[in-house]
Amino acid sequence: MSERVVTQNFGNEKAKEIATYESLGGYQALRKAVKMSPDEIIAEVKKANLCGRGGAGFPAGVKWSFIPKDAQTVYMVINADEGEPGTFKDRWLMHWDPHRLIEGACIAAYAIRSHKIYIYIRGELIEGARLLDKAVAEAYDKGYLGASMAGSGWAMDFVVHRGAGAYICGEETALLNSLEGRRGWPRLKPPYPAIKGLFGQPTVVNNVETLMNVPSIIERGGQWFADLGVDGDGGTRCAAVSGHVKSPGVYEVPVGTNLRTILDQYAGGMRDTPVKGVIPGGSSFPVLTNEEIDVPWANSMMRNDKIRSVEVRPGQPFLWGGGKELKSGPGSGAIIVMDQSTDMVRACARIVKFYAHESCGQCTPCREGGHWVATIVQRIADGNGKPSDLEMISSAAGGIGGTTICALGDAVSWSVLGFLTKFRDEFIAKVSG
Amino acid sequence: MSLEFSAESKERIAALLQKYPTKMAATLPVLWIAQEQFGWVSEDAVRLVAATLEVPESHVHGVATFYTMYNKKPVGRLHIQVCTNISCMLCGSDGTLEAFEKRCGLKAGQTNEDFTLQEVECLAACGTAPAVQINDKYYEPVQADDVPALVDRLLAETKEGA
Repeated sequence: MSERVVTQNFGNEKAKEIATYESLGGYQALRKAVKMSPDEIIAEVKKANLCGRGGAGFPAGVKWSFIPKDAQTVYMVINADEGEPGTFKDRWLMHWDPHRLIEGACIAAYAIRSHKIYIYIRGELIEGARLLDKAVAEAYDKGYLGASMAGSGWAMDFVVHRGAGAYICGEETALLNSLEGRRGWPRLKPPYPAIKGLFGQPTVVNNVETLMNVPSIIERGGQWFADLGVDGDGGTRCAAVSGHVKSPGVYEVPVGTNLRTILDQYAGGMRDTPVKGVIPGGSSFPVLTNEEIDVPWANSMMRNDKIRSVEVRPGQPFLWGGGKELKSGPGSGAIIVMDQSTDMVRACARIVKFYAHESCGQCTPCREGGHWVATIVQRIADGNGKPSDLEMISSAAGGIGGTTICALGDAVSWSVLGFLTKFRDEFIAKVSG
Repeated sequence: MSLEFSAESKERIAALLQKYPTKMAATLPVLWIAQEQFGWVSEDAVRLVAATLEVPESHVHGVATFYTMYNKKPVGRLHIQVCTNISCMLCGSDGTLEAFEKRCGLKAGQTNEDFTLQEVECLAACGTAPAVQINDKYYEPVQADDVPALVDRLLAETKEGA
């Protein structure tokens, strides 16, 4: 089994207690970090090529470096609003090792010269919030939080804040609005949170897993972490595998591990019948066919020639972000596995229904388009579709991506067009019934 | 009918306000406290939260109705939320939901004295699908066959506690 950076305490019920965490070497990285300068920490994390684990994959060290050096009040926010269908790694990470998260967040906050950490944990995770409350209280007692973090003289506060049921709050600017006590409406960017974030102040928002890598990077060095992964995409990642495999679960694998290997060697292989489709990065990301999963599970999937580009309609590539062709990616770490028994039109309908429901309602293409697409895909799944519906999906879904404030609109286009491109035959069979 | 926060709730709210630079930021946590004390978030509760935080009622109403976990209507003793999203669907959640409907005598979205039954979106428990949240707790996995015994047990527990 490969190196375990963030899941090393999985299975150890005692590790969530501070005494045990400390006895296993916990909080040593924080002690080391406060003797470094903030810039040295950022340089180490940049060297590690630690890419965000929440979905977008942006390099964490680079994000931290955007905070203006002369800012008076800076906020560190942990995004624990895990809600992308298929994703459940952050829930497990917080359950097994809450102190590693607190330690990583403290180091990150110190690196961006912040004195205040907020964690936004999704409302449903009541048990997780209780565990965090307990761990935070322990960390205050031991002096890792409070007036002088680990004896450094640097004050650090940590607030656990619960969400209340809204997928959109996982989008970082919606999360900031929600933390300010408002509806979770994404903000127009720029300004980016690093310039104008929480309460109008410079803010970094990082995913749970991203921050949990930080203690080991400080202890063992950015180069060590970078070498665990692939070019420009360092370390290990938690693969949250669900669906038709024998052993669903969270498996920590080196970035760049072959996707089929994750299914076969970590998740125990298929439960009943062979693979039909795999969504490699949470339900927003385009589905792959069985022929496309012999690829490294890394952000480089977006450029992998073995993966067919998503099309708006046959022969017309769907372009995103400056004309790039859309393939797929490891996104939020969720690998959803579907076997031969799966009705792909139904699977697609279920996913679009989710996005239609979770639209915050600000942007017309997402608010209206999501429901249109959901209605059309559902009627095809129910056997009531018409051959012209396929063009209607192309037209509607193709028109949402890139036109909205946040990526939820993109997720409608990406997921639906992914299914339609890769499993078009199943859609055709249903409408020609 | 106007509502009042209990002494304990008031104490919790005072502590909360220390954690944020604005009173408005406490809107979500104070709505949680209101729901815990009153069981659901009525229009009276919205008015109370607005007055407590010195923010417009319309603001609190907008927030309370945006987030799905604030109950805008009273809920049954067991608030059953069945995830039917993709991973749960692949593992049999349609059958699970149907079994709850049969056992509770309700369709998803309905409430009676004992139960509120709802279909919910992803609970972040996809590796132990199908997942169900009942009141504060997750139950995972719950297959259709598990439903009658689970409901009987929880119903007995809540009746003992009442």
